[in-house]
Amino acid sequence: MEPLVVAKNLVKIYQAGEIEVRALRGVSFEINPGQFVSFTGPSGSGKTTLLNLIGSLDVQTSGELVVAGQHVNQLNIRQRANFRGHNIGIIFQDFNLIPVLTVRENVEYPLLMVKPTPAAERSKIVTKLLEQVGIAEQADKFPNQISGGQKQRVAIARALSTAPKLVLADEPTANLDKATSTRIIDLMKELKNQLGTSFIFSTHDPRVVSHADIIYVLEDGQLQTPTAENTMDHGGAK
Amino acid sequence: METARIAFRNLYRQKRRTGLTVSIIAFGVVAVILFTALAGSFKNMMISQITDSMLGHLQVHRNGYVESLDTMPLNLVIEEQHIDQLKKILGEIKEIEGYTLRILLATLLSNYADTTNIKLSAIEPGNEKLVTPLLPGRITEGKFLEKGQILLPNLVARGLELGIGSEAVVIATNVDGSVNGTSLIVSGIVETAVGPSGKYGYIHIDDARELLRMESLQVSEVAIRLKDAETLTPVMKKLQTALEGIKDDKGKPVFEVHPWKALSPFNNIANMIDLMTIFIQVILVTIVLISIMNVMLMAVYERTKEIGTIAAIGTMPSSIMSLFIFEGLFLGIAGAAVGNITGLILVYAVKAAEMTISFGQSDNILLAPQISLSTMLATTFIVILVTLLGAVEPAYKASQLDPVDALRN
Repeated sequence: MEPLVVAKNLVKIYQAGEIEVRALRGVSFEINPGQFVSFTGPSGSGKTTLLNLIGSLDVQTSGELVVAGQHVNQLNIRQRANFRGHNIGIIFQDFNLIPVLTVRENVEYPLLMVKPTPAAERSKIVTKLLEQVGIAEQADKFPNQISGGQKQRVAIARALSTAPKLVLADEPTANLDKATSTRIIDLMKELKNQLGTSFIFSTHDPRVVSHADIIYVLEDGQLQTPTAENTMDHGGAK
Repeated sequence: METARIAFRNLYRQKRRTGLTVSIIAFGVVAVILFTALAGSFKNMMISQITDSMLGHLQVHRNGYVESLDTMPLNLVIEEQHIDQLKKILGEIKEIEGYTLRILLATLLSNYADTTNIKLSAIEPGNEKLVTPLLPGRITEGKFLEKGQILLPNLVARGLELGIGSEAVVIATNVDGSVNGTSLIVSGIVETAVGPSGKYGYIHIDDARELLRMESLQVSEVAIRLKDAETLTPVMKKLQTALEGIKDDKGKPVFEVHPWKALSPFNNIANMIDLMTIFIQVILVTIVLISIMNVMLMAVYERTKEIGTIAAIGTMPSSIMSLFIFEGLFLGIAGAAVGNITGLILVYAVKAAEMTISFGQSDNILLAPQISLSTMLATTFIVILVTLLGAVEPAYKASQLDPVDALRN
């Protein structure tokens, strides 16, 4: 099976004023289609940077990164936007719903603006997703009228609306209570099993990490040697 | 369509700011509409005073006459045979409503005790009323002219203490240099008006011919009234073309044709009014441009994270740009609509209030402001165009935001 994500010796250096920040220091790994992967580690360990690279929101300083068969650093801004729209769904820590759109319209947005889809099919997809994430009854409400857990469900539905190969979730439970966090992770895993979509999420919450098929631990921009605990399935740093 | 919907809702969620911006744009539009209507009314009213009570729309003279107009030369008149040719040509131009013949003469006016200089326009009363329909309206006392009578400007009448029915003697030198006089009865006092012939007195053309001992008909000018003043330029060209073939014994053109603009200094004031209208429009453009740019830039800064989100989920930069362009467009449309409606209401209110102004010697000139649909459409078009221009820079800025930086905001 062709890997969905291949990273070889990824390095990312930021320039913060005159200071050079080495966010990633030679990270290598592979992720196969349909896997539920967690990157964990303390704040500043490089989790968000890594997810940004995989999501083609940013490009690496050096190393090689292939996502869905595409060397994303070779794409220009427009091509990267198109690539994201067709291959990647993104779930944000702060949900980042569009405040002026209803729940239904938020989920529908990518099918209108990113991957234009005929109205009938669009309606079908959105209705099904809202039911799958258990938010159908809130469809006509605006984001400020629903709870944090409900917002994250909407964000998950939005991320899945274009049927991406890969969903990235940066600290998806950071702003949720324990019970809601567990339900959200369970939901993501359930959707992974139903749709076959790969999920990669970053978190430093050990209760959330435990749900992952593969756990990568990042520390100071480097992947740690896998241990028995963090190679629950068949992953680990290469 | 989705972009437009989101843009509309973005404006709706910022009701106060949107309302303020629309108000600023509307204020600019109201200023332009009101100023254009009032200035246009003043201009049209003054033009109509000049053309309808003195000059007519066009005048034909003997070639070289206008250059010497101040001396009213009697040796630069249009001779009878040329008058016949001219009448034939004027009769063939369907845009012409009518014309009148005039003899202009510089004379002395006496009440038997005192004497003063006065310029007279010797007219055909019937035709003159047709070409300058406002002239009878300038008569403040007495009635219009008949043969053997004189209409005196109010300042002269007052100076010589001549009233209605008084006898006055007009003394003139004819083309041969001999002096002659005639006694006329004052039929009316005419209000002085602003313009080149605003202080003229009027006598009957037959009296002038007798006074000047003209054996054949000779006239100083032919004033023409058009059915529609807007056709002035094409009719003038048509007339010039028709008259240029008529030459004198020396092979020079007999006639010269002038529009009222060339004969009245008010044209400069009219041009200045047009210039001021443009200036007001420039101010409007500036107000709209600054307002829109300010609001759009604020919107970009405020919604940086939101822009980052839609960029991150794959929205093309062009779509992000059009989102902000739409917001500017809607603000422009709303501002123009509110401004046009408010402006129109104010124009009608001023009209209903029947405001009057004074200009020169003329008092109680009624202001009748009106705004044309074309002016309103042009203002709307300018506002929307400027709004779009104002939104371009912030919209481009939004479309070029780096999603990672924007999300970190």
